[in-house]
Amino acid sequence: MNYRMVLYTTGKIIGAEAVCLLVSALVSLLYWEISGVWLLVSALIGGLLWLASRFFKPEDEIFFAKEGLVTVSLSWLVLSLVGALPFYLSKEIPGFINCFFETASGLSTTGASVVENVELLSRGILFWRSLTHWIGGMGVLVLVMAVAPSAPGRSMHMLRAEMPGPVIGKLVPKASTTARLLYVIYIGLTFVLVLLLLCGGMPVFDSVVHAFGTAGTGGFGVKADSLASYSPYLQWVITAFMVIFGINFNLFYFILIRKFSAALKSTELWVYVGIILTAVVAIFCNTFFMYSSWEEGVRHASFQVAAIISTTGYSTTDMNVWPTFSKAVLLLLMFMGGCAGSTAGGLKVSRFMLLCKEARTRIWHVLHPRTVKTVKFEGKAVENETLYGVSSYFSLYVFCLMTLFLILCLEPFDIETNFSAAVSIFNNVGPAYGAASLNYGAYSWFSKLCMAFAMLLGRLEIYPMLILFMPAAWSKK
Amino acid sequence: MNIIVAGCGKIGATIVQSLVAEGHDVTVMDINSAVIEEMTNLYDVMGACGNCADCDTLKEAGIEETDVFVAVSDSDELNMLSCFLARRMGAKHTIARIRKPEYNDSDLVFLRQQLNLSMAINPEMLAAQELYNILKFPAAVKIETFSRRNFEMIEVRLSPESPLDGLNLITMREKYKAQVLVCAVQRENDVFIPDGSFVLRAGDKLGITATQGEVMKFFKALNVYQKQAKDITILGGSRTAYYLAQMLVEGGSSVKIVEQDAEVCQYLSQDIPKATIIHGDGARQELLLEEGIKDTGAFVALTGMDEENILISIFVSSLDVPKVIAKVNKEELSALAENLGLDTIVSPKKIISDVLVRYVRALDNSSSSSNIETLYHLMDGKAEAIEFRVSADFEHLNVPIKDMDLKDDIIIAGIIRERKPMIPSGNDVILPDDRVIVIAADQRLQELSDIMKKG
Repeated sequence: MNYRMVLYTTGKIIGAEAVCLLVSALVSLLYWEISGVWLLVSALIGGLLWLASRFFKPEDEIFFAKEGLVTVSLSWLVLSLVGALPFYLSKEIPGFINCFFETASGLSTTGASVVENVELLSRGILFWRSLTHWIGGMGVLVLVMAVAPSAPGRSMHMLRAEMPGPVIGKLVPKASTTARLLYVIYIGLTFVLVLLLLCGGMPVFDSVVHAFGTAGTGGFGVKADSLASYSPYLQWVITAFMVIFGINFNLFYFILIRKFSAALKSTELWVYVGIILTAVVAIFCNTFFMYSSWEEGVRHASFQVAAIISTTGYSTTDMNVWPTFSKAVLLLLMFMGGCAGSTAGGLKVSRFMLLCKEARTRIWHVLHPRTVKTVKFEGKAVENETLYGVSSYFSLYVFCLMTLFLILCLEPFDIETNFSAAVSIFNNVGPAYGAASLNYGAYSWFSKLCMAFAMLLGRLEIYPMLILFMPAAWSKK
Repeated sequence: MNIIVAGCGKIGATIVQSLVAEGHDVTVMDINSAVIEEMTNLYDVMGACGNCADCDTLKEAGIEETDVFVAVSDSDELNMLSCFLARRMGAKHTIARIRKPEYNDSDLVFLRQQLNLSMAINPEMLAAQELYNILKFPAAVKIETFSRRNFEMIEVRLSPESPLDGLNLITMREKYKAQVLVCAVQRENDVFIPDGSFVLRAGDKLGITATQGEVMKFFKALNVYQKQAKDITILGGSRTAYYLAQMLVEGGSSVKIVEQDAEVCQYLSQDIPKATIIHGDGARQELLLEEGIKDTGAFVALTGMDEENILISIFVSSLDVPKVIAKVNKEELSALAENLGLDTIVSPKKIISDVLVRYVRALDNSSSSSNIETLYHLMDGKAEAIEFRVSADFEHLNVPIKDMDLKDDIIIAGIIRERKPMIPSGNDVILPDDRVIVIAADQRLQELSDIMKKG
């Protein structure tokens, strides 16, 4: 274990966060708010931590898989702690645990909040809250890699830990160029979204904040009723972009280099679109009687489906009053999540497809015990190693989810509340049913701490966070 | 520059390592997904898994945008085919490893033309060439030549009884009046570019540049000159051994090859009738003694096993054979072997990556004011020797070298003007069309103007 290298890299990442805090402070000072000072102080603390980490400049920059994973999970923990400082110092969110929950929720792009009424928060704090979505969506390490002049060899381990999905390939040979391209696409799409929102008459501040929330598939907004009070046009724009940010970014790269056919050949994309359309139709048939016009019914159904499958978690209507069938469909979509290599959370469509295909070959195997069958995905045979990886990831996923569910059941809420909360938190969605439908303020500090951890666990896809607790990861050898 | 390396064996991996260190965008191809996984974990490269002569895989690796395609898989035929396809699909330059002797005779030129290959590399042939150079001049650890052999760069190790031990370079030059330049010194793990006051010590590895013949005079003056080995025993009948034996036999030496495999022996005896082929296990000491190993002029261990080569070489050195060379592929073993006192190591994959790095660097700056003609890595890769051809728009033409503001750890070791080599003094100047040989420690030079301090 190369401790110095881990600390040094973590320091760099905190440095990046300090810069983001500084940006939020400037926004806050633009509105002449006192919270700007606290954002500035937090940025300063982040900067000092970065300076302190410079003392750990390692002699050998050797970096193995273990160091990579530990660095990623450690950085995300420290990022959440430092990111919580402005909320705590400005006293806009009471209690450090609440602040930590809010930041973890932001960085992991969950969008679950403990704030009773967001409309009381100052603009600088709101901006920072949503900015955590944006940097957490694509990954802070990817950001550092994109800005750093050169990535060391073996940097793939870190890239892989932060990018969701069963198999991660680079877009171009160099990791740093790949990171840069990803951010160019990300910034480009966010910018387009801001423009479209401005065209619809949304105020500048709201546009930027909602663009951050949508791009990172997070879900923090500026209003207590999320997006319900905005015009239908704005709701449709957000719907479209929630779906877009749930698509694998590699496909946008293909479009960027004009390989349209390669982008459209992706089966994962079509399965993703297919699931969305099916769910919209199902929910629309189940709920249209509640709304005055067809357009309104379709709009709410598609908005809600897009918000849940992309794990964004915005809402235009109260899901809690929907019939049980619709609620169940949405609950199942929470498990699904977006495509691999997107900013969405959840199990990912590609993993779900691999699990189904694997199950089908197994069933076939029961019928014809001597049969030989290869699982294919995107036109290519899938390695057994990958299949084992997906299966074991799934079992770990279920195990973690059940543990979280059990812990939450210590609280005095009904099963619907606790189960939907556990699923929503772990898959980085945000909203849940019952007592947790508005915010998570009612839970005890212990549950909040567990949920904050579960959000990071879900965002980093379990392994990096879990190995943090393995003594073997910390041993000198 | 976009480069695809197809085939990631020992040589492929070494090439990838040096190309990534040079900062290129490298994509690796291999049929084995585990190898791809390993390579993408170790180096900052992209992987494409599949047959390197399959158009879909080539497309996936981005062949249309590729500047250089290097095929170094195990099979010559696959390399040729994939280079042919790569070229047709848009690769600007293709390089294939072709190592079977039957392709490497007069047919090679025809093959290269027909396949549109930019270069055909034959690691074994290059290794044999290097071995041959050393056997011609056994006092050296390593010999490189510049500009059609006009100029030589030699690595030697100072033995404890060497008269140079404790001398500084100015006294050395006065005492021996030799026209040689000590341009790099390796002491333990550090490499120095020495100035006149540098004091030599036993155990140092010296890099000496000189015009042809001067080194021999210098070594004669030092009394360390060894005659060219005339009677050579080669252990193992590998391809390198085949090429080496052929060169040696043509040069008039007597060669003995010890090989275990009867079929290989048969084939060697057909192709090199003048060599003595011994069928037997060369690892057995009695066999070597029986074959008169004690009186042989030089011994070269070229079996496929690094460990065997090292151990047998140690045994043979203990019999006072004047020159013993062991082939070692694994880098970690090569350091170990040097500690054990074997100082002549030839690692074919290093030679290959030198050739490739030079080729790619020359492509990279073909538009600039100087062209790289030759590039060698010296002192275990810690220093580079580069031969540049100077064009008319070099900024510092006609400036005396002593007035040039050179970077640290750089030395101009030689200038070749109209085929006449010389070791420059402070008053010499660089003229257009000169070839300039520069030695640099711990840095990469892209073009000649890189030797100047910036600003």
